[in-house]
Amino acid sequence: MQLILFLALAVVAIAAAVGVLLSKNPVYSALSLLVNFAVLAVMYVTLHAQFLAVVQVIVYAGAIVVLFLFVIMLIGTETHLLGARGRSRRIATVIAIVAGAAFFATVAYVSIAGSLAPLDGPVPGQGSVQAIGEALFTQYLLPFELASVLLLVAMVGAVVLARKPKGDEL
Amino acid sequence: MNLLTSQVPTTYYLILAAVIFSIGAVGVLVRRNALIIFMCVEMMLNSVNLTLLAAAQQLGQLTGQIFAFMVMAVAAAEVAVGLAIVMAVVRHRDTTNVDDIHLLQG
Repeated sequence: MQLILFLALAVVAIAAAVGVLLSKNPVYSALSLLVNFAVLAVMYVTLHAQFLAVVQVIVYAGAIVVLFLFVIMLIGTETHLLGARGRSRRIATVIAIVAGAAFFATVAYVSIAGSLAPLDGPVPGQGSVQAIGEALFTQYLLPFELASVLLLVAMVGAVVLARKPKGDEL
Repeated sequence: MNLLTSQVPTTYYLILAAVIFSIGAVGVLVRRNALIIFMCVEMMLNSVNLTLLAAAQQLGQLTGQIFAFMVMAVAAAEVAVGLAIVMAVVRHRDTTNVDDIHLLQG
């Protein structure tokens, strides 16, 4: 049953990823991205990461996709489909696809050759809020606090960058 | 293989993550719209999260989940700053096409 669920979700996730890649309209790309994030959230649940699944829906599907849609609405949808600029662009596309396929082949080979037998060892606390919270506030307290500083710096940077420039010059 | 009872091997998760990461990488290389390049980068980060969670499940440890949590925090910071940069570029150059933004090109 789990395997059927996984395969169905995997098909949807890959289709959504291809949709992000191929959509002419950035809005459709953002919506495909939303589908991709939602499907991965379901997969996180199957991987015993309930808390991260919820965070995935709130942060990625909620905040990040909405931010993307806001920016698309603010700046309009100027579209350049792949292969729009003649021969050199077409060659670049072919090179990109070959490079992507080579990367995938390498990782897939390593994954299969690595012989990861299913250990069936459950994650402690099943990835619940309690388990994650205890780890974050004891063993991983420093990275957690540093992440808060990082978010603060990013917020200040975003405000400074997005501010309307005084006069003509920024 | 019995489809109804068998568990999902960790390898499948890793391969799915590799597929999504590769699609994202091709998107970064192929698309010229800065916004869509950003979306592909987010997709790549997400596939890495999937890898981390699969590894956490495989090893029966919580560390991978904490790491994925940190990746999410960094991704949120990155997208906020990145989209602000896109807005600033659009305001000054009136384009989101990365081929048109070549001031640093020699």
